[in-house]
Amino acid sequence: MIPLPPAAPPGVATAESLAADLGCFPTREQYFELVRAFKDDAFEMCVDLCAVDYLEHLDRALPEGVAPSRFEVVVNLLSLSKRQRVRVRVQAGDADPEVASLFSLYPGTEAMEREAFDLLGVLFSGHPDMTRILMPEDWEGHPLRKDYAVGRVPVQFKEAPGPR
Amino acid sequence: MSDPTIRVAERLDVLAAETSEGEQGLQQRSRTSKNELGREVGAVLRQSGLTLDPNDVDFERRDDEIMIINMGPAHPATHGVLRLMLELDGEFVLRSKTVIGYLHTGMEKTGEVLNYVQGGTNVTRMDYLSPIGNELGYSMAVEKLLSIEVPPRAVWIRMLMAELNRMSSHLVWMATNGLDLGASSMMIYGFRERELILAFFEKTAGLRLNLNYVRPGGVAADLPDGWEDDVLVICDTVEERSYEYDELLTGQPIFRGRMVGVAPIAAEEALALGVTGPLLRSTGVPWDLRRAMPYLAYDQVEFDVIVGTYGDNFDRYAIRLNEIRESARIVRQCLERMPSGDYRSQDPKVTPPPRARIDESMEALIHHFKLFTEGFHVPAGEVYSAIESQRGELGCYLVSDGGSKPYRLHVRAPSFVNLQAVPLLMRGGLLSDAITVVSTVDPVLGEVDR
Repeated sequence: MIPLPPAAPPGVATAESLAADLGCFPTREQYFELVRAFKDDAFEMCVDLCAVDYLEHLDRALPEGVAPSRFEVVVNLLSLSKRQRVRVRVQAGDADPEVASLFSLYPGTEAMEREAFDLLGVLFSGHPDMTRILMPEDWEGHPLRKDYAVGRVPVQFKEAPGPR
Repeated sequence: MSDPTIRVAERLDVLAAETSEGEQGLQQRSRTSKNELGREVGAVLRQSGLTLDPNDVDFERRDDEIMIINMGPAHPATHGVLRLMLELDGEFVLRSKTVIGYLHTGMEKTGEVLNYVQGGTNVTRMDYLSPIGNELGYSMAVEKLLSIEVPPRAVWIRMLMAELNRMSSHLVWMATNGLDLGASSMMIYGFRERELILAFFEKTAGLRLNLNYVRPGGVAADLPDGWEDDVLVICDTVEERSYEYDELLTGQPIFRGRMVGVAPIAAEEALALGVTGPLLRSTGVPWDLRRAMPYLAYDQVEFDVIVGTYGDNFDRYAIRLNEIRESARIVRQCLERMPSGDYRSQDPKVTPPPRARIDESMEALIHHFKLFTEGFHVPAGEVYSAIESQRGELGCYLVSDGGSKPYRLHVRAPSFVNLQAVPLLMRGGLLSDAITVVSTVDPVLGEVDR
């Protein structure tokens, strides 16, 4: 397992994982600083950012000291020079999930954070354009949430005027 | 009595309301804050000032001097249903924004209601030009969670099919790129050669486009009899003809004029935007997952990672053309070194039994029934597996809760991320170059919108 970068905030829980060389579980407060530390430690690219709704698994197994919450934001960082992957999983909250935006570190997270907001309703504070990206502007709800059933809402069309 | 001009005006309002994307669209300058405008112009969508030249930011420009026009979503040069909003000053693109989602069909949500056996049919439809890549990313993620080994023959078949798929996808790219630039003969040639590969896919998997051929545990069927000859013909033909494309396009003055030096991107910008694939390699970064983090048996075959220098349209063209040849090289090595043995894992919990076994074995019948009704259970956990698809890093983030369906299936689509480079590449260029930018970024909208 690779160590945390020296500039990482103290007390970040880590675990080995299948998906990456290192899995980190920062709190929401540590999240941005931790990613910044990774960026300074030659993790040049934020490859992927997505969110998961753990509504049905609020008691899932996490490293000791990490309080599980309903929403989790998962960030995959990649170091091209070291050929390593690191995954950062931050517990984003239950009712109003919100974490800091990584836009100022990795501008490429712009679309990914918008997607996470659009489909799961996780807010990213500091994001320059927190709008929907895949769903129509006037869509209600966030389809990838677990309490949003498949096919529950009839197909919505834009407010089209009647036959002209 | 009604005034016709008023009627037209009302009608325009109606039309505008119907086609508006609200806040997702590109806003007029009068409605855009200075901060945002600077950021948009600087990095166009929205890098924090990486390439900002303060002289370029003209905040004082009035709305009536410039025009926002739509390109797409039904424009033939947008390769699907990409909608581009372009802010134009005459023929120059000042700002631009991509509006996506027109092909969004909730495939990640669908992935949560299909079990792992059925999942392949869902993911194969995402990037419809690289079905093998999608299935491979998905299958490798499932296999990692299951911790099962794939037999060597399956690994090499997967590699063979993935490289054939890379060739076919790049051939389509050569074809459509030619079409975008007015070289319509290239369009015909590209699709002609691709047909060879699709015919081989049909022979092997039974389908031409959405194959569902690579499945967790191996592949769906063994290679057909006489596959060596077919593959050899494909390699010989495509390699030989790739030199004809060279003659047709590479030195042609009109083609060069629209490709060389147009829409460059720097390595830092590409890295910051998370761009991967030929777009990243065109800037000179030799990043290819097949070489950097080998999967399948890519560490056992010889091939070159093609890199560019300037990051312009021409580099991206040259990279794709040469990758066709490199893929043919890998395919030839697969041909020589294809091991014998099983083409799928013999774990009965994952792989359905052969048809003949069902008639004679009760156990086989039960396994078959369980697999195709309930599917197999995957241990709880989460995994991210990435492969190098034609368009860049195709990642699959899979969360399992121990059931027979993925709890969350997220696909890191390379086109979705690469699309963020489009506004940056278009900025300051001509409207006609906007066409080549979309073309050389090579987004597949099925994958962008999922």
